[in-house]
Amino acid sequence: METRFTRIALGLWTAAILLFLFVPIVLIIIYAFNASNIQSFPIQGFTLKWFGSAWQNDEIRTALWLSARVGIVSTTIAVLLGTAMAFAVHRFQFFGKEAVSLVVVLPIALPGILTGMALNSFFVFWGMGLSYWTIVIGHATFCIVIVYNNVIARLRRVSGSLEEASADLGANTFTTFRRVTLPLISTSLIAGGLLAFALSFDEVIVTTFTAGAQNTLPLWIFGAIRLGQRLPEVNVVVLAVMAFTIVPVLFAFRMMDQTTDSTGK
Amino acid sequence: MASQPAPVSGEIIVRVNNVRKTYRSTVAVEHVDLEIRRGEFFTLLGPSGSGKTTTLRLIAGFELPDSGMIEINGADVTKKPPYDRDINTVFQDYALFPHMSVAQNIAYGLETRGVKRADIITRVDEALRMVRLEGFGERLPAQLSGGQRQRVGLARAIVNRPQVLLLDEPLGALDLKLRQEMQSELKRIQAEVNITFLYVTHDQEEALTMSDRLAVFNKGRIEQMGTPVEVYEKPSTEFVANFLGTTNILDRDGRRIMIRPEKMVLTGSGDTLAAAGYHGEPGIVRDAIYVGMFSRYLVELSGGAVVTVVQQNLDRFSASQARQRGEHVQVSWRPENVNAL
Repeated sequence: METRFTRIALGLWTAAILLFLFVPIVLIIIYAFNASNIQSFPIQGFTLKWFGSAWQNDEIRTALWLSARVGIVSTTIAVLLGTAMAFAVHRFQFFGKEAVSLVVVLPIALPGILTGMALNSFFVFWGMGLSYWTIVIGHATFCIVIVYNNVIARLRRVSGSLEEASADLGANTFTTFRRVTLPLISTSLIAGGLLAFALSFDEVIVTTFTAGAQNTLPLWIFGAIRLGQRLPEVNVVVLAVMAFTIVPVLFAFRMMDQTTDSTGK
Repeated sequence: MASQPAPVSGEIIVRVNNVRKTYRSTVAVEHVDLEIRRGEFFTLLGPSGSGKTTTLRLIAGFELPDSGMIEINGADVTKKPPYDRDINTVFQDYALFPHMSVAQNIAYGLETRGVKRADIITRVDEALRMVRLEGFGERLPAQLSGGQRQRVGLARAIVNRPQVLLLDEPLGALDLKLRQEMQSELKRIQAEVNITFLYVTHDQEEALTMSDRLAVFNKGRIEQMGTPVEVYEKPSTEFVANFLGTTNILDRDGRRIMIRPEKMVLTGSGDTLAAAGYHGEPGIVRDAIYVGMFSRYLVELSGGAVVTVVQQNLDRFSASQARQRGEHVQVSWRPENVNAL
């Protein structure tokens, strides 16, 4: 039985941790509306002018567009390959299955700098110029993991007798997939895809090693901060990145919540 | 339920011929031969792991046998996938599609076989009425109770009018009262649709009360096949005798013999029933249990064997008239009620 004291102490401790996590983020949001271009607290006044100037900036717009394209394409690749992988591991017994499922998950566990350097060496070794496509390949490596994990977790929860029931009722393998399996795993596919997109959209380390002359949005932010230039616009861009990533993440969590009722168990 | 004569025409609808199935190194079933007649209620009975469910899954096509042959309605289906077999299954865990309504679940089999939309609607309604779920068509499976889900599973299978309906422990997940209710429902529905039922259960009472014929499985083989009366009254092995009810097994004159507890009579130690054609042996009551409708006695015979004797309490029970623990008694039985094993 916890005492009144421990409850208060735990409450304060939780509050302290939340503050520690979110004060910097809130600060950036506030600075995005700072009338002065010198970052100091409290802000000098409220303005929306940095939103306009960020939007007018060609570098930022190019970077945003690149990030969006990379995110969408690498997520698409990840959804196709990750789902196929999840089905293979879930459905079939084959030699080295455990090893394969570990290797698939490895890119997310490895430090990004390892993945980045390895990919960089690989591209250089084969004389492939760093380009839009090398970024996509780099991002796909860890996006696959996200989709794979989501889909395989769902497949493990879907009762196997549902597919047997479908076959029993006269549906061939394709019809069973289209009418039973796919609808049951669809939310996990979407959730995996949204999380993968969010991860790709704010990725810095792997991108640094796989991007050539291009700047994705996070790379542009990183460069601008290092050079101490355009800090007010950086705050605006960070705010935009947050919006871009938080929304899919929230949707993804809602999708993953639809559990017991939709899996037949 | 009285076992009424089944509408059996004698025509074989399912034939299983010397089927064998192994999983890695374990033999799930072997030497399984079955001949199920059209219109029959046939039960595969056995403890878990005895091969009854594997046999059902082989007939359904969810598993393929290592060797042997399976025929449905005269056609060899041994290698055919489930969707090319004219049978339907009711699953133990119901296996209802959770993203479809009750009506969509029931319509599924009709749609995959290209039945016309208008006919589907009529037949789904008819199936819902048969399982007494009128008005539940728009619900999702998650909004139903266990018993209702099982009815939907049944409707979804029956609506296709298959040659044979396979039922894999369909009542296993239901509580006792609901199970008894569903047992009579199933018999009623079978009489109504006149489809062959192939039923898997581990519940011996269920098997005895519902089946026209049954096969008792043990360790991957069929130990005995016959009507409930045959299998209960004349079990051919010790396993069958023990699995269906309790039994007494004694060694007499170099033979092993079997007598059911209810076929033994207890009398006072001097009262032999030899004049009435009974064989009798003296013994001592070791335990007496009052069960209401009957009393159960454990009696140690003079030879040392302990037998169970069940006596109906034909008159109002009074403790003073009942056999007491330690009392010397005579245990008698008619020789014709003895089975040699």
